[in-house]
Amino acid sequence: MNALYLAYAYLRYNWARSLVLVLVAALIMFVPVATQTLLSTSERALVARGEATPLLLGARGSQLDLTMAALYFGEERPEPVAMAEVEAIWDSGLGVPIPVHTAFSSGGFRIVGTTLDYFDFRDLGIAQGRGLSVLGDAVIGASVAQALGKGVGDALVSSPENLFDLDGVYPLEMPIVGVLAPTNTPDDEAIFVDIKTAWVIQGIGHGHEDVVTANDVANGTAALANAAVVQYQRITEDNIDSFHFHGSQDGFPTSAVVVVPNDTRAATILKGRYLDGNGPTQLIEPAGVIQGLVDRIFRIKALLDVVTTIIAIAALAAIGLAVFLSYRLRAKEIATAVKLGARKGMVLRLLSAETITLLLLSALLAGLGAMVVSRNAEAWVGWLLALGT
Amino acid sequence: MVRVEDLRFGYGATGFRLHVPEFTLAARERVAIVGPSGSGKTTLLNLIAGILTPEAGRIDVAGTDVSQLSDAERRKFRASQIGFVFQDFALLDYLPARQNILYPYRITPALTLDQDARDRAEALAVACGIGDKLDRHPNALSQGEQQRVAICRALVTQPNLILSDEATGNLDPDSKARILDLLFEQAAEAGASVLAVTHDHELLPRFERVLDFAQFRVAAVDEGAPL
Repeated sequence: MNALYLAYAYLRYNWARSLVLVLVAALIMFVPVATQTLLSTSERALVARGEATPLLLGARGSQLDLTMAALYFGEERPEPVAMAEVEAIWDSGLGVPIPVHTAFSSGGFRIVGTTLDYFDFRDLGIAQGRGLSVLGDAVIGASVAQALGKGVGDALVSSPENLFDLDGVYPLEMPIVGVLAPTNTPDDEAIFVDIKTAWVIQGIGHGHEDVVTANDVANGTAALANAAVVQYQRITEDNIDSFHFHGSQDGFPTSAVVVVPNDTRAATILKGRYLDGNGPTQLIEPAGVIQGLVDRIFRIKALLDVVTTIIAIAALAAIGLAVFLSYRLRAKEIATAVKLGARKGMVLRLLSAETITLLLLSALLAGLGAMVVSRNAEAWVGWLLALGT
Repeated sequence: MVRVEDLRFGYGATGFRLHVPEFTLAARERVAIVGPSGSGKTTLLNLIAGILTPEAGRIDVAGTDVSQLSDAERRKFRASQIGFVFQDFALLDYLPARQNILYPYRITPALTLDQDARDRAEALAVACGIGDKLDRHPNALSQGEQQRVAICRALVTQPNLILSDEATGNLDPDSKARILDLLFEQAAEAGASVLAVTHDHELLPRFERVLDFAQFRVAAVDEGAPL
């Protein structure tokens, strides 16, 4: 107890030095644990999303781009496929095709045009409001609602992606009719609309006399005033009937099609139909693509581990030097203790008590940090994956 | 209180040799040791305290032959029987004055830190004029106050012998006499003898006896007469 008392008194008196040592030691302990936790959670989240998506149909090209766009709603823009491909799957009777249109965004979040099957397939629950029912409706993910501070009754305006396109259309105002329960998946970071709404944003479908002008906004006749958007489309009860699409729906685009085969046999048959390397489309298994990505990440992690180990050794050596110099500085104190009759081993006991106290405090701090990371890993990984794509 | 007989000691590396044929210090006696630097004054204190062990001879302190004790026994003996006062005070900067006084109780199982010890520390501090400064760290005390803390630390264990190694060496002339008087006063009250190494010849009249170590060393070399 006396050794602990003296150790505590010394550490408290030299609090700045103690704090630096504790923080450095805590970091050395915390970083590998946190990295491992986040990477493991990332691996689980990535693989889980991949494994939960049996097949993915898209334009021939990068399988990773296709997967990232359709599963993680990333920035990748794979060549679109025609809706005729969706119809072909339906007609085959081998599975359920779910189109995923991810070409547009709003407020920094991807607008995902899809069908109601998507919500059943991903088992997404509505936390607030209702699901999609009318052209223009938007259902937002939990993170979108939190980040934008919006909920049911608010509206979103799609980003003017076609600003410099002479044939482009005005952004679309979409009323938020529902907010999804959080899932810690990329779905939390998405704005879901019916795929027809996505086509309206793209200019394939449109209404008439439906543009809200700057004057409307200035006169207060517009419900939404956004300084960044001076003109946009709004779908209302009055003009919804005027919305129409030009051409055959079979030719309309979608970024990808999630295919849910009826069974293994159906999956095998479907995969066989898209084996032709010269065809315009490909049917891939996202789990394999994701596993390849994860393997690459973990090869990089091995390198990261080596770097972390080297840094940890260097930092430990620095701490050791600091402690050693501290003991050297205290040589006089040790000599005094010996003269006053300190028992044999007292000095070692005292220095050990200090070192152990420092390490325990560091471990406590690192443990708390690791606990925080562990508890929030899924949410943070979900956010990081959405950010990274 | 202290009886030294035919004491022999040497530092191998430097060739330093010390031979004390005989030396005695009576109970409650105050003896000063003077002499040139390197003459072995501090070495004698360390031998009497059991910090160093002699090559030959006998050192009897309060009826115990220190030279015959094991290392662990010497440490216990030192903690319970001897109080040290150093020139540089040797206070711990991270402990307040009160805990510096009680420091001996923190480093050895030979002493038990109980309420009596705490009361004694408080009483000594009051007697030494630092009763209101017990919660201050050494760097918030003057040199004189620091030495008073050191004196309290030397006396709090109620030792039979106080060994003072140039205890007033770092103090201004006014403080020297006051601190020495305080040390004598408190030692007398505790019934302890004082053996003090000093270079301050103006302080010598305050001691009951003065041992000139220069003569002593010559005498030692010459296997001189008892002191």
